[in-house]
Amino acid sequence: MKVEQISIFLENKSGRLAEVTEVLAKAGVNIRALSLADTADFGILRLIVNSTDRAKQILKESGFTVAKTEVVALEVPDSPGGLAGILSTLDKAGINVEYMYAFVQRSGDNAIIIFRFDELDKATRVLLDAAVRVLRAEEVYAL
Amino acid sequence: MIWNEEFETLPREALEALQLERLRRLVDRVYRTVPFYRRKFEEQGYRPGDLRSLSDLSRLPFTTKTDLRDTYPFGLFAVPMERVVRIHASSGTTGKPVVVGYTKRDIGTWAELMARTLSCGGTTKGDVVHNAYGYGLFTGGLGAHYGAEKIGAAVIPVSGGNSKRQIMLMQDFGSTILLSTPSYALNLAEVMAEEGVDPATLKLACGLFGAEPWSEAMRKEIEKKLQIDALDIYGLSEVIGPGVASECLEEKHGLHVFEDHFLPEIIDPATGEPLPHGEIGELVFTTVTKEAFPVVRYRTRDISRLSLAPCSCGRTHVRMERISGRTDDMLIIRGVNVFPSQIESVLIAVEGVEPHYQLIVTREGSLDVLEVQVEVNEAIFSDAVKGLEGLARRVEHDIKDLLGVSCKVKLVEPKTIQRSEGKAKRVIDQRKL
Repeated sequence: MKVEQISIFLENKSGRLAEVTEVLAKAGVNIRALSLADTADFGILRLIVNSTDRAKQILKESGFTVAKTEVVALEVPDSPGGLAGILSTLDKAGINVEYMYAFVQRSGDNAIIIFRFDELDKATRVLLDAAVRVLRAEEVYAL
Repeated sequence: MIWNEEFETLPREALEALQLERLRRLVDRVYRTVPFYRRKFEEQGYRPGDLRSLSDLSRLPFTTKTDLRDTYPFGLFAVPMERVVRIHASSGTTGKPVVVGYTKRDIGTWAELMARTLSCGGTTKGDVVHNAYGYGLFTGGLGAHYGAEKIGAAVIPVSGGNSKRQIMLMQDFGSTILLSTPSYALNLAEVMAEEGVDPATLKLACGLFGAEPWSEAMRKEIEKKLQIDALDIYGLSEVIGPGVASECLEEKHGLHVFEDHFLPEIIDPATGEPLPHGEIGELVFTTVTKEAFPVVRYRTRDISRLSLAPCSCGRTHVRMERISGRTDDMLIIRGVNVFPSQIESVLIAVEGVEPHYQLIVTREGSLDVLEVQVEVNEAIFSDAVKGLEGLARRVEHDIKDLLGVSCKVKLVEPKTIQRSEGKAKRVIDQRKL
C-alpha cells in the first residue's frame, strides 16, 4: 500500500528546479506527481516517479541531497465533501497529516491525493476500515 | 613516561617561584642587551625592578612577527655572534624569513625539551625514531633529532619525501616512533595501502605529530590506519621550534606546556587584555631560559585555551588545548570576538551535520549580521519543512548560547560551499568599514 516518494533539497536559486527535471528527463524518468514546499530560504521538492531508485541514484550523482519517504495514495471522490470525509475520519482517529498533494491524473471518476502521515501504518488501517480506496504502489507508478 | 621528573612534576608554587625568578633575569637581560626591547619597555614606562609578580608580565609589551621581520636578520639576538652556534629560519613565504639563533646552551635546552616530548610518547633508548620532519633551515628535523639522541634512541634522519623508501626503511629498520606532520602520516598510510603493506606488520607504536593544525577526527584516522597512538605536539621557531608543548599518552587531551622554560598566556586578540584560564584567545609565549633569541610576550596568532586541571600522567604543567585556529580568521561581530572554530564545535555537536560551513558577515544599517551557511547532507535532510527549520533553529540557539551572538542559519545544498585545496574558505566578510 505504501508508495515511495523522493524528496530533494533545493536552495531558492533560479534554475534549480529546471536542473532536477532535466536530470530526470535525460534518464528517462517520468514524473507522476509533484509538490514543492518552500520557505524563504529553501524548498523541498517531492516527486512520485515511475522509477524511484533510478531517480534517486541519478539525482545523487548530480549532487542533490535526496531522501526516500513513504506516502500513501488515496482515491478521493471528485465531488463536494469528498476530501472532507476522509480528513474527518483521520482526525477522529487522531492521525496527523504532515502534508498532502494531488495527482493530476484521475482514477476513473475519482481524484488521487498523496498523503504523508506521522503514523503511516495506523493511518492505512483506519482508511481501509472506513472503506477508502488506498492505491497499491504499482498502480500509482503506472498511472 | 616522564623524562625530567623533578621539573615536570614540580608543585605549582615552586614552579611559579622558579618562573618569576627566571622571568626577572630574562627581562633584565634583554633590557641590557637588546635595544629593541629596551626601547619598547621604556615606551611602556617599564623600568628594571618593576616586575614583582608573575601577573606583572601582562604589563610588558608584546612582540609580533612584524617586529621579528623589522629586525631582520639578527636584531633581536641577545648574545654576541661568537656565542651563537646555530641559525634557523622560517620559510618566509611573505617577504624576509624570520631568523632565530641558538647558543650551545640553547641547543642543550632544546634537546632536553624534545627528550621530554618524545618521552610523552613513551620513547626510550631502545626505540628506533623515524624522523620525517624536514631537516635544514626548518627547526623540525634537527630539533627532534637532538632530543631523540639525548634519550639515546636510534634516530633515522630520513627527513620528508619519497614515501615508498620511507616505508621500506620502517620495515627494514624496525622504526618504533614516527615523527612527521599529521598530513604526512596520513600520506604514508595511503602509500602503505597502495603498496599492500599491512601496518600491523610494522613495529610502529607511537607517532608525535606537529607543525600544522589538525583535528581529533584526523587523530582517529591516523591511529586506525597506522595502528599507533598519535599525539599532538606544538612548537614554533620563534619560541624554540618543536618542544614547546606535548600531549601525554595517558590522556591525549591537551598539550603540557614546558612551563619551566616558556610562560604561556591567553589574550584577547582584539584588545590585548589577558584572559583567565578556560577562555579562548590568542596564545602568547615568553621564553625564560633561552640565551641567543629570547622573546618577550610573543604573539603566536594561534587560538587555544589553557587548563590547570590535574593530569593523570603526573605532570603539573598547564595544558593548552589543541590549536583550533588562527587569529587572522577572527571576526568581531557586534563587539564580540568570534572564531570560526567555535561555530564549528557547535555544528559538530549536532548529529549528522558536516563541518562544511561558511560565515557571511554583512552590515544592515549599523548592525552586524552573521549568517552561517550549513550544507544539507542526507543525514540531516528531512522531508518535512519543520524538520529542517527545527535543525536551523537549534543551531542558531546553540551558537547564541556559546557565543552570545545571534545569527541566522541558512541551509544550502551540498558542495555549494567553496572548497580550496584542503582548507575551506570559512569567512566572507562583506562589511564595508
